[in-house]
Amino acid sequence: MNNQLMGVINLIHEPDELESLTANRCLATVPFGARYRLVDFTMSSMVNSGISKVAVFAHTKYRSLMDHLGSGSHWDLHHRQSGLFVLPPVADDMSDLRKGDLFHFFQHRDYFLRSQAEYVVVARSHMICNIDYNLVLADHLAKGADITVVCKRQSDHLCGKARKVELDSNRRVVGMQDHYGRMQSDLVSMEMYVMKKELLLDLVETSLAQGQDHLVRHAIMSRLDTLHINGYLYEGYLGIINTITSYYRNSLELLKPQVWRELFFEPGPIYTKVKDEPPAAYLEGAKTSNSLIANGCVIEGTVINSILFRGVKVRKGAIVRNSIIMQNGEIGEGSQLDHVILDKEVHIEAGREIRGVTDAPYLASKRKVI
Amino acid sequence: MARKKMVAMLLAGGEGKRLGVLTKDLAKPAVHFGGKYRIIDFTLSNCAHSGIDTVGVLTQYQPLILNQYLGIGSPWGLDRRDGGMSVLPPYVKSKGGTWYKGTANAIYQNMGFIDSYDPEYVLIISGDHIYTMDYDQMLKDHKEKGADVTIAVIEVDWKEASRFGLMSVDEENRVTDFQEKPKKPQSNLASMGVYIFSWPVLQQYLIQDEANPRSSNDFGKDIIPAMLGDGIKLNAYPFRGYWKDVGTIESLWEGNMDLLEDQPALNLQDKDWRIYSVNPNRPAQYVSEDAVVTSSLITEGCFVEGRVHRSVLFNSVQVAKDAIIQESVIMPGVKIGEGVKIYRAIIGEGAIISDGVTIGKPDGETITVVASDEYVDSHSQSLQEVE
Repeated sequence: MNNQLMGVINLIHEPDELESLTANRCLATVPFGARYRLVDFTMSSMVNSGISKVAVFAHTKYRSLMDHLGSGSHWDLHHRQSGLFVLPPVADDMSDLRKGDLFHFFQHRDYFLRSQAEYVVVARSHMICNIDYNLVLADHLAKGADITVVCKRQSDHLCGKARKVELDSNRRVVGMQDHYGRMQSDLVSMEMYVMKKELLLDLVETSLAQGQDHLVRHAIMSRLDTLHINGYLYEGYLGIINTITSYYRNSLELLKPQVWRELFFEPGPIYTKVKDEPPAAYLEGAKTSNSLIANGCVIEGTVINSILFRGVKVRKGAIVRNSIIMQNGEIGEGSQLDHVILDKEVHIEAGREIRGVTDAPYLASKRKVI
Repeated sequence: MARKKMVAMLLAGGEGKRLGVLTKDLAKPAVHFGGKYRIIDFTLSNCAHSGIDTVGVLTQYQPLILNQYLGIGSPWGLDRRDGGMSVLPPYVKSKGGTWYKGTANAIYQNMGFIDSYDPEYVLIISGDHIYTMDYDQMLKDHKEKGADVTIAVIEVDWKEASRFGLMSVDEENRVTDFQEKPKKPQSNLASMGVYIFSWPVLQQYLIQDEANPRSSNDFGKDIIPAMLGDGIKLNAYPFRGYWKDVGTIESLWEGNMDLLEDQPALNLQDKDWRIYSVNPNRPAQYVSEDAVVTSSLITEGCFVEGRVHRSVLFNSVQVAKDAIIQESVIMPGVKIGEGVKIYRAIIGEGAIISDGVTIGKPDGETITVVASDEYVDSHSQSLQEVE
C-alpha cells in the first residue's frame, strides 16, 4: 500500500461538452469502452498504484457519480485502512459553485490535513489512460522537483482538447498553454500533477489570498520560473475525451487489438461497478465483426466495427455499423445504423435507418424511442 | 441473535468423483458452469431471490477455491449484520470431532449453528444442481399443507427415472412411498434434493439417526425413509421448470449446451432473477473481423479471432485465427492457438492448446476433457487418448 501518496480526482469545472451525453451527468460518468465510465480509468490507476485514499471532488450533475462510485467497494476502497471520499461543493450560495478548484480544495482542507500522506496526485477524469503513479512519484523525487506534470507526446489528438507543454532537455517545464494557445508542441499535459501535500495547501492559500482560484491556470502556470515543474513522459495509450468527436474516435480506437490489450490490462486492470449480466448470447444467424461486446448482449443481427455496452439487443436483420450503443439499447428488426451513438436505453423500432458521419455521429439521448 | 424464520443449509462438500479431472483440486459446487458462473451460484442466487438471508454452507472436500470464491457472501447479498453466509467446515470438538459422514451427519454436527437462530424451518439444499426456484413459494406450500417435511419433486423421463430418488404421492401430493434409484420405478417424480423441514421434527430425527450405528447418515437413504415409516407428514412440492444435476461430464456438457437454444429453458437473461456470481471484472469481449460466432455464449475478457459455434466461452479465453470450436465448453483463461479444432469437449481453466491441435470429433459419442492448466500440443499424452 502506498501511504506516501493520496489521490485527488478533480472534477471541478471539468468541461461537460459532450452534448446530450453530459446533459444530465458529469463528464466523469460518461459511459465509455462498452462497460466503463470515464472516471474508472483514473480511479483504477490510482488503486493499482497502491493509493489507498482517493477523494473525488464532485462539482455538478453528480447523481450518476454517487451511484457509480457507491462505497468504493468495486475499487477495493471500502476497507478500514482505505477510503473513497466523495466531496461535493461546500457553497454558501450558488455563486460559490462558480469558483475555481482551489476554492473547493480550501473548503475541504480538513480532508488534506487529516491525511498522513506526504504527497498528493491531482488528476482529472477525461484523460483516458492506464498509468502507474509510483513511477511518476519516483521520477518526481529523483528530479527533486516541486511539481511533476504527466505529459504525453501525441501528434493527433483525435479532436480532443488539451494543454500544450514545452520541456527543456532536463524535462523541466518551460512553457504551458491552454489548448487554444499558439505554442507549437507535440507534448500535451495529461492534467495529472504530483506534489507535496504541503505545497498544494500552500498554493491554495496564497492563490486565494491573491484572488486566484484555479490550480493550473493560476497557481501552476504563473510559477514556471519560480517552481521546479518537471515533465514526466507517459508512454501508454492516451485518449483525450472532451468533445463528442473525440469521444467517438477514441471509442473506435478500442477496436485495435493493441489498444485493447494495453489500455485494459497494463499495468493493471480497469475496475468498474459490476453488474450481474449473463454472458453475451450470439444466436443463430448472428454476424459480428471487429467489435467490442459487453456481457448481457443478445445478438441476432449484424454488428460491424461497433461497441455494444451491457445488455444491448440487436434483433434479426438489424445491421449496426461504426456505432456505439450504450447499456440496454435495443435495435429493432431490420433497422440499420451507421455512425450512431445511442445513449442508455434507447429503443430503435423495427425498420428504421439512421446515419451520421465520422466527424458528426448521430447522437440519441437517453431513453429516446425512435 | 435475532430469530430467523428459515435458515438454509447448503451442502457443498461433494467430491464430484464423476467429474473426473474437473474436480481434482476443486469441490463440485465450485465447478464452472454457463459461461460465467460456478454451480453453487444458482442455489445461492435462489436463496437471495427467495428472501433467505441466513445460509450455512457445509464444505469438506477441496474447499480452498470454494472458500475463496464465497468470501463473506457479498455477491449474493449475504454479507449481513445478522445472519448472512457462514462457511461451515467440519471442526474439532472436545470429544474429538469427525469428518462429515453423510449429508444428515453434516447437519447434525451443525445443530448448534441452526439453533443459534432459533428458526421454525430449515431448508436443505445442495450446491450440485442447476435450477431457479423460489423457496418462499415452497415454504408457503409447506405451511398451507401443515406438513412436517416438504420435498421438491420434478417429473423426469420414465426411461431415466431409475437414476433418481423417486416419490409416490397421493392426490394431495402427500408422499406415500419413496424409492432410492429403483430398478423398476413406480413413479417418475424425482426428488430434487431440496427439503424444507420443520426444525423440531428434523432435530429429533437427526439425533435418532446419529444414534443408529448402521445408518449411513444420509437424507435420501436414512432420514426420509425413517420419517415415512413413522407416518410423519411428508409433502411433495411439484416443480415445473428447468432442473439439472450436473454431476457427470456428460450432464455438465449437456447443461451448458441447453443454454444455447434460442429460447433456453433456463433463462439467464431474466432481469427479475439474475444469477449472481463473483464478477471477473474484465474488459468487454473483442470479436475480430475474421471471427464467426453463432449460437454461443461468450463472456467478458474473451478475444475471439476464430470460428465459434454452439459453444460456451468463460472469461478471458483467447481463440486465435482459423481455430474452430464446436459444441464445446471452454473454461476461463484458456488459450487456443491458430488452426486448433475442438469438437464436443470441455477444456479446463487455464489450459493452453497449441497451434494446429485437434481435440474431439465432430460426431464423437463421448465428451473429451482437458484438465486445468494442461498444455496440449501435437505430441501430448492427453491428445493421444483422444485419438
